[in-house]
Amino acid sequence: MRQYVMGNGAIALGALSAGVRLVAGYPGTPSSEIIETISKVPHEGVWLEWSVNEKAALEVAAAAAYSGARAMVTMKQMGLNVASDPLMSVAYIGVKGGMVIVSADDPGPISSQTEQDTRRFADFCRIPVFDPASPEEGYEMIREAFEYSEKYGTPVLFRPTTRVCHAYAAIETPETFTPKAYDGFERDPARWVIFPRLSYLNHGKIEKRNEEIARDFSSFRFNTVEGKAAGKAVVTSGVSYAYVRECLKGQEDVRLIRIATAFPFPEEFMLKALEGVREVLCVEELSPYIEEQVLKTAGKHRLDLRVSGKLDGSVPQNGENSVEGCAGILERFLGRESEREQTDLNDAPALPVRPPVLCAGCPHRASFYAVKQAMKGRKAVFCGDIGCYTLGNAMPLDMVDTCLCMGAGITMAQGLSHMNPDTVCFAFTGDSTFFASGITGVVNAVYNEADIVLCVLDNSTTAMTGHQPHPGTGRNMTGHSVEKISIEKVLEVIGVKKILTVDPLNQAESVGAVRECAEGKGVRAIVFRSPCIALAKPEGKCAVDAGKCVNCRKCIREIGCPALTISAGRVSIDRNLCTGCGLCGSVCPTGAVVSGQ
Amino acid sequence: MNKDILICGVGGQGTVLASRIIAAAAMDEGYPVHSAETIGMAQRGGSVTSHVRIGGEAYSPLIPPGGADMLLAFEPGEAVRNLGRLRRDGTAVVNTTAVKPVTENLRQTGYDGSEMTAWLKGKRTCLFVNGEEACAPFGSAKFFNIIMLGVAAGSGHLGLKKETLLKQIEKCVPARFLDVNIRAFRAGIEIAGQEGAALKGEKTI
Repeated sequence: MRQYVMGNGAIALGALSAGVRLVAGYPGTPSSEIIETISKVPHEGVWLEWSVNEKAALEVAAAAAYSGARAMVTMKQMGLNVASDPLMSVAYIGVKGGMVIVSADDPGPISSQTEQDTRRFADFCRIPVFDPASPEEGYEMIREAFEYSEKYGTPVLFRPTTRVCHAYAAIETPETFTPKAYDGFERDPARWVIFPRLSYLNHGKIEKRNEEIARDFSSFRFNTVEGKAAGKAVVTSGVSYAYVRECLKGQEDVRLIRIATAFPFPEEFMLKALEGVREVLCVEELSPYIEEQVLKTAGKHRLDLRVSGKLDGSVPQNGENSVEGCAGILERFLGRESEREQTDLNDAPALPVRPPVLCAGCPHRASFYAVKQAMKGRKAVFCGDIGCYTLGNAMPLDMVDTCLCMGAGITMAQGLSHMNPDTVCFAFTGDSTFFASGITGVVNAVYNEADIVLCVLDNSTTAMTGHQPHPGTGRNMTGHSVEKISIEKVLEVIGVKKILTVDPLNQAESVGAVRECAEGKGVRAIVFRSPCIALAKPEGKCAVDAGKCVNCRKCIREIGCPALTISAGRVSIDRNLCTGCGLCGSVCPTGAVVSGQ
Repeated sequence: MNKDILICGVGGQGTVLASRIIAAAAMDEGYPVHSAETIGMAQRGGSVTSHVRIGGEAYSPLIPPGGADMLLAFEPGEAVRNLGRLRRDGTAVVNTTAVKPVTENLRQTGYDGSEMTAWLKGKRTCLFVNGEEACAPFGSAKFFNIIMLGVAAGSGHLGLKKETLLKQIEKCVPARFLDVNIRAFRAGIEIAGQEGAALKGEKTI
């Protein structure tokens, strides 16, 4: 069956065709559509779950692989940081069924906090990594990844990048998928229980095994050499390979070497590919990982080789590569004149800047605004977190003072409260983030007597990554209705004494709740509950009563809703965007906003 | 046939659906297709692009500068931002109705897209569509992406048949909105006819 799918879809279908039995993960751009794809195609016999976070997902999958079943875990690259604790250990223990950990890297970064490189993680925990350059390769290569994982009894990493994850291509798949049979867990404490002695022994075995895998990878079909000419070679990987190919368009006067398995590095393959080569240009994204391996190979074998890339400044150290970027780099390396047209676009008018903003009608805007109003004139600090509500930083709300990583808002507010006792310290967290890594932070705050105001912005979904369910939504990936885990009850049993629940669109009530919680000691919590506008049907729209509007523009100045615009010098509400939330009405000093139109 | 089509606009305008329909139609006509989308934070009101590459000669998922045969710009400023990817002899379909960024309301620069439209006229062959007027009969900007597809199909520069596009629209939109989407597609084709006639004699390259 021929299907036109996103790279993430290709990875998902590849895993299904490899007989995967269990898939777990936590949403994160650019990886989220892998699990979503599986949920949308028939997958009988496959256990599928959005886990509470990446660490849980990886542990669930590892146990499936201990049982002999094929298992896959999906996450974005920073999720791998969360999952690194079990990952490091399971690398020592090994697996029985194939285990593939998909960690999608995000050069740019386009939707991430870091430009980290999963290939380095592979090297760090001494397990193989696969690096597809296209959706088609995503489909093929993940099947190989399962084979290698089982052949060597090790978990393997699979790292597509954003441009592979979000590219589309047609792939050929079977009509139906059959999960691979497995034996079930067999008790063997000497194998499955990690102890220092076992780690010592396995460490030695792993290093020996990696030499073997490196030799095996030297004939891996996705490690390729093109172009006959010797002298100069370009070494590349991942989507950069596609960019370089686009630039070279089959030119034979330069050798093109592509490495799809950065670790264990296929040294034999590289030595052969470099025969007769004097100059190498390494074109890759994120870290100069392959460049370092080429240098290492050259040093070890005393090759007379000039190596350029990120380390000598030939390739940018940060940001993503592009066809145009690669074209310039290749021209300099090959000593060619630019054949590209000179641009005629230098006189373009100044372009509008479009930072991402909270959607029109987003309840987070109302929550932030209520806190801002209540804290007017008070010394306060606002610790943000990861999710749509990070966009609360934008003007005019300007309500995010710190943002670090998942769950850090709660714990950073604690650190600030200990060092700045005269300040009211607020922690903002989303509902999905609360379950992912917020709860332990609340326990820490209660136990260590921190004085913070915790604001849970509960929009009943994981909005930023595409509206995945979580433990508070009452749905999971089996399609079953499950009991909603109540945020208030969780807070209560942890020992939070003051817990208020408000509808952020009710500003008077919300401002009152914030004022109340700003006083006192210990952890005070407010759950701002209102569904994401992408899930709730709007109830009528707002309009401006031109007779009452004095055009003071306070609404625009204070809340910055995208539906509020100025047309012909007057404030108006864009009916295409308005959801009828009425926040502008709460702000309007003359009552000029009519709702429910 | 090798055709590179770049679709650009602002998050929320429906560019992703438009690119999926074009890709599906091209596949239906038997061409190899690759495409790429902006997904993630930029979808919240940021600049977004979709790259559709029809034919077997594409390696990169993204269209190189000066490589696009056609630019479908859902917003005039985004047309300018992405014009460098359009070939000099390529065709742009441009919505003249601006989407003002929130920052524009806070700090007014007077941006309304007219400056962009004026500048574009001297640079490439452009078919202009007044999005606001075009959407008026449908009572919502929701159908603008399908109107744009109609303009692209009607212009003759897309290289795909109207019928195959229509077939994919039928597959992609919910049944209760099918009729209005078909009307939106036809309205687009009509606009292309009018604009195309107006262009003859004042071809600008």
